[in-house]
Amino acid sequence: MQFLADFLPAGLAVHAPALIVVIPLIMAAVAALMPNGRLGWLVTLITAAIVALFALNLLGQVVESGVISYHLGGWAPPIGIEYRVDMLNIPLLLVVGIVGLLCVIYALPSVGDEIAENKQALFYSAFLVCFAGLLGVTITGDAFNVFVFLEISSIATYTIIAMGAGKDRRALTASYNYLVLGTIGATFFVIGVGFLYMATGTLNMADMAAILEETGHNRVTQAAFAFIVVGLGLKAAMFPLHVWLPNAYAFAPNFVTAFLASTATKVAFYALIRFLFSVFHPDVSFVSMSFTWLFAVVGTIAMVVASLQAVFQTDARRLLAYSSVAQVGYMMLGLGMGTAAGLSAGILHLMNHALMKGALFMALGAFALNFGVRRIKDLAGMSKTMPASAMAFTIAGLSLVGVPLTVGFTSKWYLVTAALERGWWWAVAALMLSSLLALAYVARLLSAIWMDAPPSHHGELSQRRLAPWMVLVPMSVLALANIYFFFHADPLVWLARAAADAVMGGN
Amino acid sequence: MWTPELSLALALAIPAIGGVFVALLGSRPNLREAATLIAAVLLAFNVAYLVEVAQGHPTLNLATLAPGLHLVFKLEPLGAIFAAVASGLWIVNSLYSIGYMRGNNEKNQTRFYVCFCIAIAGAMGVALSGNLLTMFLFYEVLTLSTYPLVTHKGDAKAKRGGAIYLSILLGTSIGLLLPAVIATHFLAGSTDFVAGGLLAINEITPAISSVLLVLFAFGIGKAALMPVHPWLPNAMVAPTPVSALLHAVAVVKAGVFAMLKVGTYIFGPGLIAITPAADALAWIAGISIVLASVVAMTKDDLKARLAFSTVSQLSYVTLGVMLGSPLAMLGGALQIVMHAWGKITLFMSAGAIYTATGKTEISQMDGLGRYMPWLFIAYTVGALSIIGLPPLGGSWPKFFLLQGAWDSGHGWLMVALIASSILNVAYLLPLSARGFFSPPAEAKLKKQPPMLVILPPVITAAGVIVLFFLIGPLRDYLAPVFLSSNLAAEAAL
Repeated sequence: MQFLADFLPAGLAVHAPALIVVIPLIMAAVAALMPNGRLGWLVTLITAAIVALFALNLLGQVVESGVISYHLGGWAPPIGIEYRVDMLNIPLLLVVGIVGLLCVIYALPSVGDEIAENKQALFYSAFLVCFAGLLGVTITGDAFNVFVFLEISSIATYTIIAMGAGKDRRALTASYNYLVLGTIGATFFVIGVGFLYMATGTLNMADMAAILEETGHNRVTQAAFAFIVVGLGLKAAMFPLHVWLPNAYAFAPNFVTAFLASTATKVAFYALIRFLFSVFHPDVSFVSMSFTWLFAVVGTIAMVVASLQAVFQTDARRLLAYSSVAQVGYMMLGLGMGTAAGLSAGILHLMNHALMKGALFMALGAFALNFGVRRIKDLAGMSKTMPASAMAFTIAGLSLVGVPLTVGFTSKWYLVTAALERGWWWAVAALMLSSLLALAYVARLLSAIWMDAPPSHHGELSQRRLAPWMVLVPMSVLALANIYFFFHADPLVWLARAAADAVMGGN
Repeated sequence: MWTPELSLALALAIPAIGGVFVALLGSRPNLREAATLIAAVLLAFNVAYLVEVAQGHPTLNLATLAPGLHLVFKLEPLGAIFAAVASGLWIVNSLYSIGYMRGNNEKNQTRFYVCFCIAIAGAMGVALSGNLLTMFLFYEVLTLSTYPLVTHKGDAKAKRGGAIYLSILLGTSIGLLLPAVIATHFLAGSTDFVAGGLLAINEITPAISSVLLVLFAFGIGKAALMPVHPWLPNAMVAPTPVSALLHAVAVVKAGVFAMLKVGTYIFGPGLIAITPAADALAWIAGISIVLASVVAMTKDDLKARLAFSTVSQLSYVTLGVMLGSPLAMLGGALQIVMHAWGKITLFMSAGAIYTATGKTEISQMDGLGRYMPWLFIAYTVGALSIIGLPPLGGSWPKFFLLQGAWDSGHGWLMVALIASSILNVAYLLPLSARGFFSPPAEAKLKKQPPMLVILPPVITAAGVIVLFFLIGPLRDYLAPVFLSSNLAAEAAL
């Protein structure tokens, strides 16, 4: 870890918490000025690489010297804005940074195919704004700042989802739906933050927590809690606030879906954890009640109902989108257990899920790139026509089911163990039921890919067409990571455990 | 240099590397088949060595997934015997595969042989696993690698059969077995196979042990305990060598072997004897034995009949485990060996008849014995062994099981065992009778069957006779597992 902490010059490393957000924001403006899509992509790629390096550096710094508190502009909190890096947001920074980088590599061929040439530079610019917003939500220690970055990322997200209209006009309604619901969510959230400000007179989260502990809770803070949970729940696609998600994922450009599916809902989920554990306290009665009676229940329902919905989809991306709602349910259930084991299992699944869904959506994007397919039945024979992508898809798909040799198994193992520790047998049953449903919907995809014959044109079977290497490489990296982290689960388990300990009083 | 640990690793590596060579030599069929045969022979030698050193319990840590989660191989006599059966029959079956696949001009033969190698590696993994986690992993490898074999023909019927195969096996293993494994880990702090029973040394209530035992019994879908058996008849759409080795030996035996291991090393005979659910499961096994035999009688398709016969015979092992007496468990362990040799003979005979005549229905096989006397003699010997007549190997497991049932106070279950033997006579022997004594109908040989599909069943039939006389060493080899575990359990209590 010393190496990670030291590889950047000290002058840069000190400002890493700010730079990791500021650089993508500035680069967004630079990308907008680029004359063509290729240069816009290059700017984005460099930015994503820098962000990934900063994320690794921050990991090193936090491990070596504990929580980082960065005072923006030199103004000490609670007056100034504080950026705060601890073990809880490190996993998120790593996921957003590294998976984001892989997605950006993948973007060039995919975006080139789907977005009109004259809009590509602007598209990358909007993407970078979204990227910066997600990183900002993750790193900031200021409640109002969370709102600001949430809106920055959301507004940019509406734009880049709508850019899918070049291929399918339904992207516009999908984006508009998301805009309406997302704005409602953001409004709820800011009302909640407003109430908290009213009750405590501060916007710094750590400060809020200290004051709340001193003054205790009243109706205002309870209302704030409700507003914040609903607002962030909407962003995190917490069942039943997920209705925006399936269409948004189904009609957005493939690159956007791959990126959002592995990062966006997870960042909102992180923000939820941050508020529940760091601002409110899990020992407060209405918070601890919400664990069992809200998050665990809602998560369990999501695991089963959304998986069931996924089984009956005809569009491959919508199917995976419903599966994402179900997977958020797993994380909510882990959170709802209210124990360190449960929370860390949820966070472990958060990271693992990014690996699975990233690879799955990239592979679907590769299929779409070469053959323009969207529906499940059009995936027929992809094992013959695009063997490498089909293989990556299969690995990640099995991981989603939780078959051993993949990280999905590790997730299930820790979730079930945590449920047993809590004595929640019904949760174990629900986890298994959901796994079986996952088996059912993944089997639909895989049987089309492996068992059905490729379509024929005038009696001739479709030819084998390999995906471009810029698609193959990031996709394979993610797919192989699904296997690698089964055999070396240690780093991810350790990160998840450290994250849970960071907010549950392990330190 | 040649250490037991190396040998453990080789047991997994030989079939895996064999599979790589088969894939590389795909365009040159003769060399490809040579690769399979060489791998099979090397594996058999390697396993023979393992059988010898099994009493020393060599252990090999394959990987550490996370703190407390290890993939471990640990050799013990049961696993060594299972590995020996699977690897020994792999040689015979590989010869047979060559004759069958070429005789029937099957497509995609390279994929077939590669998947076969992986499946054997999976079976070795199950046999040598040192804890439940490792066993579960290889159990799933076995499921997934055999799926392309089951659907080999690629037509609608094969796909349908394959879908049932995969959904039941993956469904039960993920839905029931996995929670049982995790719960065991949670209750005992590890999933290691411990002599005397891992759970026996932890204090668990009868309710929890009952729930766990039920989860294991039905979660190990490969053991085909009713009502999770339908995957097995549906897997018969596979080419016959697959049915022969995998669905009479490697896959189904991996199932009952897993059951036996859970019974011996996770629960231990002592704990099973005091677990309330064990009685109910013994009865379910007894019902499976009789019911599957009855269903087998209604099938005219030879392979379907053999499949239901397998369902019935597998439940003998489950029954042996659930009775919780060392003698019955020994009977179950012997059944794994004896039934494998008998049933593979029958399956290979069915495939040989199909290769020679294209017939699959028993009613159309009149008089074929006159054209293929050796084959029908082999079939009859295999059938008699399954029925349990001395001097054939299949008689021993029945003997021990009957004794075990009596000892553990389940006299009624002896009725099931005896009824099943009578039913076996009724559904297995008619084919011999028709073959030898009925006048040949229109049935003539389409072509002279290749030597390679006749010889292997004759070899295994001879093996069945030899095994009858090998019971002494076999018993001495296996008995300490159950006796010592019993003693250890008593010592722990």
